[in-house]
Amino acid sequence: MEFILTKYHYWIYIVLMMIGFYAMIGKRNLVKKIVGMNIFQTAIILYFISTGAKRGATIPIVEHGQGGAMHAIHAVHYVNPLPHVLMLTAIVVMVSTFGVALALIIMLYRRYKTLEEDEILELRK
Amino acid sequence: MTTSPFPILIIVVPLISAFLVPVIGWWRKGLCYPLVIGALSLSVFSSIFILRMVMGQGTIHYYLGNWAPPWGIEYVIDHLNAFVAIIVSVISLIIAIGSKRNVEQELPEKIVYFYCLFLLHVTGLLGIVVTGDMFNLYVFLEIASLAGYALIAIGEDGAPFASFNYMIYGTIGACFYLLSVGYLYVVTGSLNMGDLSQILPDLYHSKVVLMAFAFFIVGVGLKMALFPLHVWLPDAYTYAPSAVTALVAPLMTKVGAYVMIRIVFTVFKPYFSLELIPATAILSWVAIVAILFGCILALGQTDLKRMLAYVLIAEVGYITLGVGLANRAGLTGAILHILNDALMMAGLFLVVGAIVYKGGLRNIHQLRWLHRKMPITMAAFTVTALSVIGIPPTCGFFSKWYLVLGAINANRWLFAAILLISSLLNAILFFRVIENVYFEPARYAHNGGIHEETSRDEAPLSMLIPILVVAAGILSLGILSGEIVSNIIRFAVPGDL
Repeated sequence: MEFILTKYHYWIYIVLMMIGFYAMIGKRNLVKKIVGMNIFQTAIILYFISTGAKRGATIPIVEHGQGGAMHAIHAVHYVNPLPHVLMLTAIVVMVSTFGVALALIIMLYRRYKTLEEDEILELRK
Repeated sequence: MTTSPFPILIIVVPLISAFLVPVIGWWRKGLCYPLVIGALSLSVFSSIFILRMVMGQGTIHYYLGNWAPPWGIEYVIDHLNAFVAIIVSVISLIIAIGSKRNVEQELPEKIVYFYCLFLLHVTGLLGIVVTGDMFNLYVFLEIASLAGYALIAIGEDGAPFASFNYMIYGTIGACFYLLSVGYLYVVTGSLNMGDLSQILPDLYHSKVVLMAFAFFIVGVGLKMALFPLHVWLPDAYTYAPSAVTALVAPLMTKVGAYVMIRIVFTVFKPYFSLELIPATAILSWVAIVAILFGCILALGQTDLKRMLAYVLIAEVGYITLGVGLANRAGLTGAILHILNDALMMAGLFLVVGAIVYKGGLRNIHQLRWLHRKMPITMAAFTVTALSVIGIPPTCGFFSKWYLVLGAINANRWLFAAILLISSLLNAILFFRVIENVYFEPARYAHNGGIHEETSRDEAPLSMLIPILVVAAGILSLGILSGEIVSNIIRFAVPGDL
């Protein structure tokens, strides 16, 4: 129980990732597959963000504006910005994958008038 | 570090040209092709220059924006990088020239977008090769893959569905790769490959590192179509336009193989995957199954392009086997096979492109008369096929020789036997095609065969010259492979193997 509670953010991302993975592999509807793909990628983003999170920490800027009292000089005092920056790039990749996927789905729908994998496979025989 | 701009020019030139292509194409369509050729030629020039620099003064480090690693992104070019970069840039230039007529015939109104995606794909592949940063590699992997999905989707009926499947599998692979980068970052705090290989040895018993390694192998395995993860490949490469298959098939899987070599032998020290966990043993068994599976399923195909796609799965198996053997001869064979297989696949798919351009028939049983119709193309096809089988003067023989040698050095006699059996299977495969091309007319002549088809109708020069260059390359690199091994690959294999 202790093991689950102290590491709850990891459990959340694993559960989300498995939901997405199941939707990508198991669902027969192409839109559901794409939704699964998004959940899958979001789970990984959550994982990265949670590794950088820190309770009560501030932004990694040495001197705050508006005469802020707290200066983030020691690593304990500020949140690690690198995972966030990495995830900005990963989000861009995710959005463009999503765009390509939607474009492909439009092409498929125009050609087969359906988005069910079984029906497309049936039509392609 | 170096201040020479060539490591970055390799990528920047095709990237900027990729964005210039739609602009210029909007103004004048005919200028796209010269722009693509110019950009790729500059990449070829820079990669050759870099190889000469590496051979002269050792590994090159280039700091992007002058930020020193591990904080900034660093491009590291050693013998392995430079070697693969030359393969990627030269093959893509040859394919760009050889597939011009195919593009004009199959995608007349999409030329501009095709060349834009073409350059983006090449940019991604070159970026994967030169970067020394784990996360940067992920970004380039996705650039190459996204351009690849779009390129494949413009093909014939069935291509969008094949591309969709490829995208699902490719995204899973890329996400697994990203996740393992995250795991390594959590335990080491670094994303730089050189830095990681310094920090990681103390953490080799950590479960996190173990999981990261497992995710790496599965993620990269998906991208390079290693056997149980290959399901997307045959459909995607069969339905793609001929120009696209000729570009994607020789390069994407080879670059995936490069990433695998880089991770197993540079980021992790060889003794991690050899002694701490039985990763290389598992890899070599998987590779053996891949080789047999690819060859046997290829036997059952009648579509020439689909048959070659299954041959490609077997070829990926060969490279993985070299990685899995993890001794000097085996890895030399694997790296040499990256070059040879890129050449062979480029040659074979260019010939398929020429056949499609001239007749549109890809069924193996409909290839008869082709030796009269296209004698030079078919001669080049035969040379390439002999190289895939592994007949001595061609380059395919030498990489297989090193692989067999590696299997014997590792005392894996079964692997050596299966390598020989796969050569026999390849011989059956390709002689089935060659028999149809060269000897079938004799049988049909008795029934008063169709004589009007025998008139000569060779592929246009712009296709013929690249095909002949590849065929000549296969013969001459076979003869020169001793030089290549002793001057380049010897330094690319890690010293402690």
